[in-house]
Amino acid sequence: MAKLESKVPPGPLADKWQSYKASMRLVNPANKRKYEVIVVGAGLAGSSASATLSELGYKVSNFVFHDSPRRAHSIAAQGGINAAKNYQNDGDSVHRLFYDTLKGGDYRARESNVHRLAEVSANIIDQCAAQGVPFAREYGGLLANRSFGGAQVSRTFYARGQTGQQLLLGAYSALSRAVAGGGVTLHTQMEMLDLVVVDGHAKGIIARNLVTGEVTRHTADAVVLATGGYGNVFNLSTYARGSNATAIWRAYKRGACFANPCFTQIHPTCIPVSGDYQSKLTLMSESLRNDGRIWVPKRKEDRLKPPGSIPEEDRDYYLERMYPSFGNLSPRDISSRAAKRVCDEGRGVGETGLGVYLDFGEAIGRLGEAGVRERYGNLFDIYHEITNENAYKVPMRIFPAVHYTMGGLWVDYDLMSNVPGLFVLGEANFSDHGANRLGASALMQGLADGYFVVPYTIGNYLATQKPGSRPSVDRPEFLQAKQSVDAGTARLFGINGKQPVSHFHKRLGHLMWQYCGMARTREGLEKGLKEIPALRAEFWENVKVPGSADSLNQSLEQAARVGDFLELGELMCRDALARDESCGCHFREEHQYPDGECKRDDEHFAHAAAWEYAGEGKEPVRNVENLNYESVKMSVRNYK
Amino acid sequence: MSTKTFSVTIRVWRQSAAGRPGRFVDYPVAGVSPDMSFLEMLDVVNDGLTLKGEEPIAFAHDCREGICGTCSLTIDGKPHGPHEGVATCQTYMRSYKEGDLIVVEPFRARAFPVQKDLVTDRSAFDKIQQAGGFITARTGSAPDANSVPIAKGVADLAMDAAQCIGCGACVAACKNSSAMLFVAAKVSHLGLLPQGQPERDRRVLSMVRTMDSLGFGGCTNQYECSAACPKLISHDFIARLNRDYAKAVFRTAFEPVAAGGGGEG
Repeated sequence: MAKLESKVPPGPLADKWQSYKASMRLVNPANKRKYEVIVVGAGLAGSSASATLSELGYKVSNFVFHDSPRRAHSIAAQGGINAAKNYQNDGDSVHRLFYDTLKGGDYRARESNVHRLAEVSANIIDQCAAQGVPFAREYGGLLANRSFGGAQVSRTFYARGQTGQQLLLGAYSALSRAVAGGGVTLHTQMEMLDLVVVDGHAKGIIARNLVTGEVTRHTADAVVLATGGYGNVFNLSTYARGSNATAIWRAYKRGACFANPCFTQIHPTCIPVSGDYQSKLTLMSESLRNDGRIWVPKRKEDRLKPPGSIPEEDRDYYLERMYPSFGNLSPRDISSRAAKRVCDEGRGVGETGLGVYLDFGEAIGRLGEAGVRERYGNLFDIYHEITNENAYKVPMRIFPAVHYTMGGLWVDYDLMSNVPGLFVLGEANFSDHGANRLGASALMQGLADGYFVVPYTIGNYLATQKPGSRPSVDRPEFLQAKQSVDAGTARLFGINGKQPVSHFHKRLGHLMWQYCGMARTREGLEKGLKEIPALRAEFWENVKVPGSADSLNQSLEQAARVGDFLELGELMCRDALARDESCGCHFREEHQYPDGECKRDDEHFAHAAAWEYAGEGKEPVRNVENLNYESVKMSVRNYK
Repeated sequence: MSTKTFSVTIRVWRQSAAGRPGRFVDYPVAGVSPDMSFLEMLDVVNDGLTLKGEEPIAFAHDCREGICGTCSLTIDGKPHGPHEGVATCQTYMRSYKEGDLIVVEPFRARAFPVQKDLVTDRSAFDKIQQAGGFITARTGSAPDANSVPIAKGVADLAMDAAQCIGCGACVAACKNSSAMLFVAAKVSHLGLLPQGQPERDRRVLSMVRTMDSLGFGGCTNQYECSAACPKLISHDFIARLNRDYAKAVFRTAFEPVAAGGGGEG
């Protein structure tokens, strides 16, 4: 059994981080330059961590599979970033942001980590503004805010519909400055394919140069993974096509526990699927729900009628009806399930019946078309490009889609996994969002981890490591890891089967959506646990990977990633089956209140489940970290 | 959503690796749906090639929603294809009809060498960014965000410039392969803001110097760049860059230099 020590510091919740910072071990400035840290990933968490660690004096190597750090998928976040600034004077505070986030996560996150997140949120806005992030402003020159789901205060900062882009470019600019100063060595188009563990500590990685195919060994005093989420296990999602689980999955197979893998966020407002060739589902920012009203016809017979011809009294604004106090701004899991429910009732709109209306008619009446364009113009443009429809004239059609994964590698309060020396940041870890993430909290967490948490906590680990003691890349552990990567590649080429990688990815996606999607049952998950291994076996017998390993080969990259998804998908079903309760995004149909809301089982499941790899073909071990709430009483989530 | 499909032929640049000769190859594509994106059409072609035992067409792509700047195809001679204000990934097959011949090339520029087929190396943009495309703000040193008010108009204009996705279409569209729009966007974004003032002169001088050293051509003000830009970044920013550059050259020539060393003990 893995040892899961959360290392939550003692003391009152609100003082933990401050007193911990004051007492943690430090590395003296002259020694910092003797430590080398590998950071994998260059999104918000990876870029901000790389830049900040190098500012502190550590030598940093940043690895990213993209051709530039600026491509990382944080770039696509639209709506905003939360921070407890209380600039609107509407009663916000660190405690309220903490509480909203914890409650939004349906009490399945670690209290102390969430509180720290809320504490540093205000520093993030200061930091980003100082870097020149062009946040939206009021006429007086001060920062503007908007509202997001799951909160009754206005605490979301934004840069039009491109907040993630602007924050990432801010972090990228800090990273670029560090590269120019020599503090960070940038390795672009390099994909991590294995973690090297020496004497139980993470001490390096194996990476493949995606242009030349060369596989190389890299040593370090500590390894930081900031490689994002694994939602592409579903094939169709709002993720970028390249987003993958390979780095964290390979680390899992080297001993890092994988926590709550079944916690997957399904975002309520995405453009519906249109065909089998589809590669991508596009998100329509949650911020649209500030002004857009969601509805379906009251009667099934009306579902194919032009929406404009359906009179007000025949429309069901179901979120406003079911959740009057939060209405269209109810949290994502709740809004998604409500959409599924009305579609299951046969009231879904569009040809497929899998869609609901997001209607701006009322907002255009109130603000004028120009007012709506000012707030959401770029989103309306995106919608038009994809659907060829003008959402100023007809309501948007939207449907839930996979958007984020709250699960990830287990980490302690230092953001270190159970493998010493392996730190995990941002979406790649499990720590802050519990069973459901609130809107505008992913950007907050990525930057909190990278700018304000790991730069402190990594010193706590490095201070225990002798400077200059990092192992040589000629040690057997490095050679063995490289061999295992090479063998995996050779195996893929050796199959020479009859189906392209995409064939298996699509089928896996269908299985995951069906059995481990918005609603889950024991029966379905058990089926998934049979069908996914069968599909995986078929993949390893019948996939075709053309080309060679010694050049740019996108089929090979994709095959290795889908090979990992085929294992991870099974673990997700296993986790969803073992978690015999409903909570947040994890809706087990067996566990619901009569009105269809999630029924948690705090007595048996107030814990994080951290899965431990037990070897090829063996059942993984389910470890448990109990979640103790010292300052908040667990209650039934109520947004009515 | 229409369900009627049609056929086209794509004429694609194939090149096995950097520095190798390349050539155009024609591929017939049947069963094209108007609702497919251009890249999804290529996915379908690639699956077909894989099944036939041929190497799929390498092309750069990632977010497929027009924001990451990875996709970079020149379609029928136009970077990012026929439409204004969109990236390649936001181009849909409804723009084409039965029987069309579509020519697909990489972004062409000396500073963007081809890595394979339609994939080019655009790391020159990173190097320009590293030369000064930042505001030095060490983590933890920032004042309260509202302590520096910025007029809404200024912030909005900075945002217009900051929207650049770093795709390189401006370079590919320019007959001189100039990177002026890319550099102008970053210089303007940071130079418009009060936070960007202390480094304003050295930023513009260093970024322009680096741009010139990397094989990008000069600007002759024909503005193909802003016409091809998926974010429609205005060439007015190039004028602003030129002004900033001239002022910086002038100011640095007359700038008094402190005689003393650093005061740190």
